[in-house]
Amino acid sequence: MSTRLSTGGRLIDRTAPQGFTFNGRPMRGYKGDTLAAALLANDQMLMGRSFKYHRPRGVVASGVEEPNALMNLGTGARLEPNQRATTTELFDGLIAASQNHWPSLDFDIGFLNNHAARLLPAGFYYKTFIHPRAFWKHVFEPIIRQSAGLGKAPTELDADRYEQAYAFCDVLVAGGGIAGLNAALSAATAGQRVILMEQSAHWGGRAPVDGATVQGQAAESWIAATLATLAAMPNVTLRLRTTVAGVYDHGYVLADERIADHTPGDGRPRQRLWRLRCGQIIAATGAIERPLAFAGNDIPGVMLASAVRDYVVNWAVSPGDRTVVVTNNDDAYLTAIALKEAGLEVPAILDARATATGDLPSRARAMGIRVETGKAIAKVKGGKRVTGVSVCVQAGEGAVLHDIACDAVAMSGGWSPVVHLYSHCGGKVVWNDALAAFVPDTARPPINHDGRPMVVCVGAAAGHFAADAVSPGGGVGTDGAISRDANPAQAIQPVWVMPQGAGIKLRSKMWLDYQNDVKVSDVQLAAREGYESVEHTKRYTTLGMATDQGKLSNINGLAVLAAALDVTIPQVGTTTFRPPYTPVTLGALAGEARGEIFQPLRRTPMHEIHEKAGAYFEPVGLWRRPYCFAQQGESHADAVAREVNNTRQAVGLLDASTLGKIVVKGPDAGRFLDMLYTGVMSTLPVGKCRYGLMCNEQGFLSDDGVVARLSEDTWLCHTTSGGADRIHGWMEDWLQCEWWDWQVYTANLTEQYAQIAVVGPNARKLLQDLGGMDVSREALPFMGWAEGSLAGFPVRVYRISFSGELSYEIAVPASHGAAFWAACVTAGKPYGAMPYGTEALHVMRAEKGFIMIGDETDGTVIPQDLGLGWAISKKKADYLGKRGQERTYLANPDRWTLVGFETLDGSVIPDGAYVITDGTNANGQRNTQGRVTSTYHSPTLNRGIAMGLLLHGTKRLGEVVQFNTVSGGTVSAKVVDPVFVDKDGVKQNV
Amino acid sequence: MKRYSAFAIAREAIGNHLGWQKAWASPAPKAAYDVIIVGAGGHGLATAYYLGKNHGITNVAILEKGWLGGGNTGRNTTIIRSNYLQDPSAAIYEKSRSLYETLSQDINYNVMFSPRGVMMLAQTHHEVRGYRRTAHANALQGVTTEFITPARVKELCPILNIDGPRYPVLGALWQARGGTGRHDAVAWGYARACSAMGMDIIQQCEVTGVRSEGGQVTGVETTKGAIACKKMGIVVAGHSGQVADMAGFRLPVEAVALQALVSEPIKPCMDVVVMANTVHGYMSQSDKGEMVIGGGTDGFNNYTQRGSFHHIEETLRALIETFPMLSRLKMLRQWGGIVDMTGDRSPIISKTPLGNCFINCGWGTGGFKAIPGSGWAMADLMARGEPGPLAEAFDLWRFKEGRFIDESVAAGVAH
Ligand SMILES: Cc1cc2nc3c(=O)[nH]c(=O)nc-3n(C[C@H](O)[C@H](O)[C@H](O)COP(=O)(O)OP(=O)(O)OC[C@H]3O[C@@H](n4cnc5c(N)ncnc54)[C@H](O)[C@@H]3O)c2cc1C
Repeated sequence: MSTRLSTGGRLIDRTAPQGFTFNGRPMRGYKGDTLAAALLANDQMLMGRSFKYHRPRGVVASGVEEPNALMNLGTGARLEPNQRATTTELFDGLIAASQNHWPSLDFDIGFLNNHAARLLPAGFYYKTFIHPRAFWKHVFEPIIRQSAGLGKAPTELDADRYEQAYAFCDVLVAGGGIAGLNAALSAATAGQRVILMEQSAHWGGRAPVDGATVQGQAAESWIAATLATLAAMPNVTLRLRTTVAGVYDHGYVLADERIADHTPGDGRPRQRLWRLRCGQIIAATGAIERPLAFAGNDIPGVMLASAVRDYVVNWAVSPGDRTVVVTNNDDAYLTAIALKEAGLEVPAILDARATATGDLPSRARAMGIRVETGKAIAKVKGGKRVTGVSVCVQAGEGAVLHDIACDAVAMSGGWSPVVHLYSHCGGKVVWNDALAAFVPDTARPPINHDGRPMVVCVGAAAGHFAADAVSPGGGVGTDGAISRDANPAQAIQPVWVMPQGAGIKLRSKMWLDYQNDVKVSDVQLAAREGYESVEHTKRYTTLGMATDQGKLSNINGLAVLAAALDVTIPQVGTTTFRPPYTPVTLGALAGEARGEIFQPLRRTPMHEIHEKAGAYFEPVGLWRRPYCFAQQGESHADAVAREVNNTRQAVGLLDASTLGKIVVKGPDAGRFLDMLYTGVMSTLPVGKCRYGLMCNEQGFLSDDGVVARLSEDTWLCHTTSGGADRIHGWMEDWLQCEWWDWQVYTANLTEQYAQIAVVGPNARKLLQDLGGMDVSREALPFMGWAEGSLAGFPVRVYRISFSGELSYEIAVPASHGAAFWAACVTAGKPYGAMPYGTEALHVMRAEKGFIMIGDETDGTVIPQDLGLGWAISKKKADYLGKRGQERTYLANPDRWTLVGFETLDGSVIPDGAYVITDGTNANGQRNTQGRVTSTYHSPTLNRGIAMGLLLHGTKRLGEVVQFNTVSGGTVSAKVVDPVFVDKDGVKQNV
Repeated sequence: MKRYSAFAIAREAIGNHLGWQKAWASPAPKAAYDVIIVGAGGHGLATAYYLGKNHGITNVAILEKGWLGGGNTGRNTTIIRSNYLQDPSAAIYEKSRSLYETLSQDINYNVMFSPRGVMMLAQTHHEVRGYRRTAHANALQGVTTEFITPARVKELCPILNIDGPRYPVLGALWQARGGTGRHDAVAWGYARACSAMGMDIIQQCEVTGVRSEGGQVTGVETTKGAIACKKMGIVVAGHSGQVADMAGFRLPVEAVALQALVSEPIKPCMDVVVMANTVHGYMSQSDKGEMVIGGGTDGFNNYTQRGSFHHIEETLRALIETFPMLSRLKMLRQWGGIVDMTGDRSPIISKTPLGNCFINCGWGTGGFKAIPGSGWAMADLMARGEPGPLAEAFDLWRFKEGRFIDESVAAGVAH
């Protein structure tokens, strides 16, 4: 059984017991435990079920590489699926539940899959479920889906918040083991700004567990001293519980700090996402031990040798009473020694190598541990727990020599440097035969902006496992004086399959990828079937695609594949290491941008007044605009009708502040605007306004608006609300990239002004009551503008109209917006002034036949299609879009052009309907000859009106055409002039 | 080719699966072929397949610089739909979607086409009008779609937050027969079928030059030597500009990286595919339980197939807003693929200035769904030397004439 030892445990505090539950069962652990350690201490070796066959699984590792012990952690608004028990710090009140089983962890129906395993080899789903056709969707896939997934899907709103932090440094050190601490110290001593990040809650990494000495000191004291030095340096930032997750171009790094995962609900943000820009990144990320592939290597109780050692030394937990150690290298002997020192039994060390002559084996032997060389595990016995192993010769086929009773197995297949961070941004790795591992290829590092290596690996991450393990300090240089306990280690002997000649029966029980249930036989099957590229094998078998992303399985899998293809491991190559190193919470990636503020929210200065007036807002880009101001008991449609009628009959107030306002200034501004707009702006007199169109290079209409000339060298360009930023960018694009020698300056002043449209027959009266400037027809004619004051506010007044009514658009500094609006409302009371929203605005402009960017245009429409040829200068040599418009398809007389439509029965044509015509095209699609672009109920005419595009449209006034409906019906409509109200424009020009 | 079936698996199980044949052969290149297809992505393989199946042309080599299916075909988020706006697009995507319906049976390889339904959320009034327009267009194009209410949206996808504070859901365009497929299986299945027809799939064979005589293509140079051909099809997606350059012409195509990511697997909680274009993100849940998430393209042109962070961040903000339950899930893996973008966001299936050299590219962010239809149309073009109705509108010269097939009109978003 696994249990808590009565003494020891360098990380636990026995004076601080912590209560927690696992699958509803109350258990106890200590402060400093990981969840996995605490579960083991409670003799809970069985921690989960595998993905495909639902095999019982125990914890196999002690760190981020754990593939089996994944938990649903917490409940309700704090439920987190797939949390690794090995990296979860225990806290009082923790609630954990195992995953992927029904009805219970101990008895799981899904285990039936295990008995059918022979029928479910790698890729079986590609070969079956093909017939009958409907079965995949309706029978097979639902079954597969039901058994898919691991953890539970959260259902409640996340109770936690997440924050993000930005930082810069000269050197980022990832990993706080000996190598990382040392690298940080070197860099910091050299005066560089250093950030050191360690994913666990403790400094020092493996060294203290392994009893290493550093610079003649015990690791623990070296670590403490170094930390004290670092902590005292102002140029050093230390972060525990922070994983360097991803390395991107130009030293951009993502790191995830777990602030309150172990103190949930304490008011702090749960996690903090760091975004760092680093001069250099030192990956002191250590190495991960590899499992060995022997039959039954997944039975709970089979663990990595280093993990067993961690549990004993760090947490005083013994995974078993009798542990067999199986290895191909010296390192695992440390585990045997640690177990023995803790008073536990080690019946044998099975060493696959022919001899074991190093210092560690001698020490083990001296402690009375039996070392059997050239030996292997033929198979592990047991179901939900190891009960023993059968021993065989490594060089043979698995004939059993004898059995050893035991309840745990500690295995070591060697170590793989953690080269992830080196590889994320293009660093290459190279196979090292002596270490039997991929190590960073220092000749092909990821390159920084300055051409220098962006990431340097040090310590075990660089493959320096032995002797002076951490001395090559990479780019930062060390004094070389640090060394682990010097033992002349004997070389590792690669063992990829145990025993070497294992037959198919044994190979079908050797697990490579624990979570995804990929066995040696699966990889061999993939190779046999021609999935020879490592990427093919990975995808075909799902090897390395589990939540540990192959940390335990990849190298073993590659080796098995190489052997199956009869090539070397480097010939097979590796799969790509992709960020993140370990999974990062999505909430942390999104940060604080949630709810109302998940995108920047732009409000006009009058926003609060609108809110009080009961406005129903609609999003327009990042803005919120009132769609309508529905009164008590009024539907939106009724409100819009009332707002239209009131504006046409009395006076309406529109908040037009969102309208784009870009100032264009400079000696070449006129010339610039003549290129930008299809019309001529350079000749516009000061004091006047002109409507302008902008096209993209292809010739398609992209924005419109009124331009006012403010002074000799200054123009104010109004753009659509949604277009302001885009158009400003567009202007700068041309000025910076093409016409950089023109003297033109632009400024987007959209937010500097509040703009109010006062619209309707009473508009002038309202303004006159405000008083302060002459707004008469003579002083301020249609398409003119003037500066002055109204009701004491400094204003610029434009006589422009988007509704066909007498209309003034009045700009005031944004800070006066709310007060000026209030003044207008008050002054408007006697004249029946009411606010109106965007929908009334749209209806009124459609009644007048004015086009709307985004409705009449969609990126395929040119001004000529819309009857706007009058706004295109024929005299100018060039403007943006002119060449585009000359192309045959755009110059073709057979284009669809703008007309109005009136249904015969007065109904509203459905949004988006097409005008159909006879027959079908070569692809069997119904032929069309036009479409509706804007369609509304007109309160003014009390009938449906529409604008749209129609083949040869303007020549077909009076004709009746058919629109389609989605249900297959048609709507008949007459082709009419698109101006429905006040065709002669008398009302706006009074 | 031994047929795949449940029975075959049972039979092979007795022999511990030692008796399976190679899915495709790995031959050395011959000196000459009737047809060379450059690029063994989905589109290249499908082109070869339909050349054989529909036109009886089987003396074909498919040359691949890496491993087959390793380009965007093996990197995409596998959404299949045909609710496009413009007629030519709807025609080819619907042809493709309908071929997907029976593809597993056709090539005897389960590509796991799963018509679980695709919805595109409308979150502004402008978007509502846009999707209503698409629905009207689809009705005339023979594509079954429907504009559905927020209540129905919620019913189809309960984890969706339809009352978000910023962009409440106003409805959705719903294509019930859209869905997803298994990307690798599409490439592998076509490859196996091509190989069975006697075609040569040559991997690790990069085309480095194009040979021609008198304005006609005569062959290619490759890292495995020169190979002659009578006709050549360039189907290399993100690398189209480079290969076209070898063939002596330029393309109106840009290469940018498109970003995607998956979460850790969780128990099924989402049956449909949801695309949210206003906030810019889309998501589905794979048969393995991972939430498959797609974002935008990087703001600059490049050829590195790597994940970058900035778009992921925006995408996740958008999706957590749309699916609040995502907040406590974890990102497992992110990656990028180089997509080939044309000016009008529609593909090119066309003859080229070089005689007997044809090109199929420009599928950009949304060509997985098009693989069967595109292969069908391209095979037809290559076999006859003239485009059929499916390919006709997608010729290269449309850019010169301004005859665009602009799909960004319908949805400003990928896929
Ligand atoms: C992240 C992402 C998400 C996507 N999501 C979707 C989606 O949900 N739905 C959808 O429909 N589409 C999606 N797409 C788009 C889709 O993946 C592509 O449009 C489609 O796969 C393109 O297929 P292809 O065969 O043309 O290209 P690829 O699969 O890229 O194949 C081209 C092949 O040509 C090879 N090649 C290149 N140069 C040479 C040379 N000189 N010699 C020989 N071989 C060469 C390459 O190695 C590659 O294998 C997505 C794309 C990405 C990147």
